[in-house]
Amino acid sequence: MIKHLPVLLIVVPLLSALIIPVAGRINRVLSWYIATIATGICFVISLLLLQTVLKEGSISYWLGGWKPPMGIEYVIDYLSIFVVIIVTFIAFMVSIYSRKSIELEIDEGKAPVFYAVYLLFITGLMGIVVTGDIFNLYVFLEITSIAGYALIAIGKKRQALMASFKYVVMGTIGATFILLGIGYLYLMTGTLNMAELTQMLPQLYHTNAVLTAFALFAVGVSLKIALFPLHTWLPNAYAYAPSAVSAAMAATATKVGAYVLIRILFTIFGVSFITFGDINLAHIFLFFSVIAILAGSILAVSQTDIKKMLAYSSVGQIGYVVLGISLLSVTGLIGSMVHLLNHALMKGGLFLVVGAVVYKTGVTNIDGFKGLGKKMPISMAAFTIGALSMIGVPLTVGFVSKWYLAVASLEVGMWWLLPVILVSSLLTAVYFWRVIDNIYFKTGEEEPDHGHGHGHHEVKRDDAPAWMLVPTVTVSVLCIVFGILAYAPVALAEKAAVILLR
Amino acid sequence: MIEIILTKYNYWIFIVLMMTGFYAVMAKENLIKKVIGLNIFQTAVFLFYISLSKVDGGTAPILISGPVVYDNPLPQVLILTAIVVSVSVTAVALAIILLIYKAYGTIEEDQILEMNKHND
Repeated sequence: MIKHLPVLLIVVPLLSALIIPVAGRINRVLSWYIATIATGICFVISLLLLQTVLKEGSISYWLGGWKPPMGIEYVIDYLSIFVVIIVTFIAFMVSIYSRKSIELEIDEGKAPVFYAVYLLFITGLMGIVVTGDIFNLYVFLEITSIAGYALIAIGKKRQALMASFKYVVMGTIGATFILLGIGYLYLMTGTLNMAELTQMLPQLYHTNAVLTAFALFAVGVSLKIALFPLHTWLPNAYAYAPSAVSAAMAATATKVGAYVLIRILFTIFGVSFITFGDINLAHIFLFFSVIAILAGSILAVSQTDIKKMLAYSSVGQIGYVVLGISLLSVTGLIGSMVHLLNHALMKGGLFLVVGAVVYKTGVTNIDGFKGLGKKMPISMAAFTIGALSMIGVPLTVGFVSKWYLAVASLEVGMWWLLPVILVSSLLTAVYFWRVIDNIYFKTGEEEPDHGHGHGHHEVKRDDAPAWMLVPTVTVSVLCIVFGILAYAPVALAEKAAVILLR
Repeated sequence: MIEIILTKYNYWIFIVLMMTGFYAVMAKENLIKKVIGLNIFQTAVFLFYISLSKVDGGTAPILISGPVVYDNPLPQVLILTAIVVSVSVTAVALAIILLIYKAYGTIEEDQILEMNKHND
C-alpha cells in the first residue's frame, strides 16, 4: 500500500470524480462528502509521502510495473512533494469551503457536476507534479486546463463564459506550443523520460532544435502561468469564476504552472544550458518578471472590483516567482519556492474571504466592503492578515519570500531589483489600504437610513457560516505560522534548490 | 534550396498550416471560426509528429515474420492521445460557445465585448 502511494494521489481523485455524478443523483450533499473525503485523503497521502521523501530523498514509482524509459515513471522529489502538499492542502480547504459557497454561486443542480470537474482539476494538478515523463505532463496539463475551463464557465454571470472561452483559446495555444516543444526534444533524443532527457541533452546543447524546443516551452509555460504580456486570460477568468474556483485556481493552478517552469528549466534543460549560448536565457525571464511585478501592481491599483484587483495582484506575484527562478541562484530558487507556498496561502485566503463576502452581501466591488469590519469581524481579520502578508509585513509569510528574493538579487549583484520589489510592495499597500480603509474606517451605506441620528446603534454581527470560516481562518493562521516558523518550508525548499541547480 | 522544399514538403505544410490556424485564432471575430483555427493549429503539430515518425520505406508497425523496416510507432501513439485531448478541448469550446449564444444572442466577439462594456 505504502509503495503505491504516488499513484493513489491520482487514482483517488480520478475515481471519485467518476463516482460523484452518480452519487449526486441519489443525494446532492453526498457529492460534497465524496469530494471532501477524496481531497482529504490526498492531503494525508501527501503528508505520508513527505515523510518518505525526507527519509529517502526521492521516490520512483513505475506505473504498471513497466521499467522506465519504456514505461511511465512517477518521481517524487523535494520539489514535487513541496508543490503536492500546497495543492492537496488548498484543494482540501476549498473543498470544505465550497459546501456553502457553491450553493449560492452556481445554479442549483449543477453542484455534483461541479465537484466532479473540481476533482478532475485536482487530478490533473497532481499528475503534473508527480510525473517523470514529459508527455504525461502534457496530458495532465490538458486535463487540468480543460477542467479549469469548465470550472470558470460554471459561474453565474454571463461574462464568465467569455472569460472561459478566452482561457480556452490561450490555454490551448500554450499547450500546443508545449506539445511541439516535446516533439523537438523527442526528435533529438528519442526519449520522453525526464531523467533520461537530463542525461542526453548536454551533448545536444549546441543544436538549434534544442534551442527551439526551449523557446516553445518558454512561451507555452508562460501562457499557462500568465506571465505578464501573456496574462490577459487571467483577470476575467478569476473575476467571474465562482469564488471557490477563484481561490482554488489562484492558489494551485498557477503554482503548478510555476512548478512546470522550474522542472523544464532546471531538471530537463539544466542551468548549464541556460547559460550555454551567447546570451543568458534566464535574463529573458528576468526582464518579463520585473515588468510583471510592476505592471501587475499598477493594474491592481486601478481596479474597483475586488476579485479583479486580486487577480491583477496575482499577475504581479507570478512575477516574483519567475524573478526568483531567473536569478539562477539557490537563494533565489528558495525564494521562488517559498513564495509558491506563501502566495497560495495568502491569495487563497483572500479569495476565500471574498467568497464569504459574496455569500453574505452579494457584492464584489471594493465599496461594498464598507463597514464589514463590524459585520463580519472574523472574515475581515482573515482578510487583513492576507493583505498584510501580500504587502510583506514582517512575521507574515509575504515577508519571508520577499526577504529571500531581495537577498538573492544582492547575491547575484542585481541591486536594482530592490527598488522594484520595494515599489511593488508600496503599490500593494496602496491597493490593499483602499479595502482595509473601507472595512474598518467607513460605515456601511444603509446606516443613515435608520435615522438614529449619530449612528450609535450596533451593527449586527453576521459572519459567514462555519463551513466557510474554518478553512478561511486556517489558511490565514498559516500565513502567520509560516511567517514565524519559516525554517520548515525554507529547509525543504533549500534541499530542492540545491539539487535543481546542481 | 529547391531540394529542401521538395524533400521536406511535409514540414513546410506543417508550418503553413500552423500559422494559418494561428492567424484564424487571432484575427477572426466569429468564435466558431476561432475554434476551427485552433483545430488547424493543433492538427499542424500532429502532422509534425507523424512526419518525424516516418522511416524511409517503412511500413505500419505490425508484427510480421522476417526483418521489416517499420515506422516509429511511439509518436503515432502520442498523437493518438493528443487527438483525444484536442477533441475534448473542441467539445468544451463548442459547449461554451453554445452557452455564449444563449446568453448573448451572438457569437461575434466584438459584439459580445461591446455588450460586456455596457454591462460594467
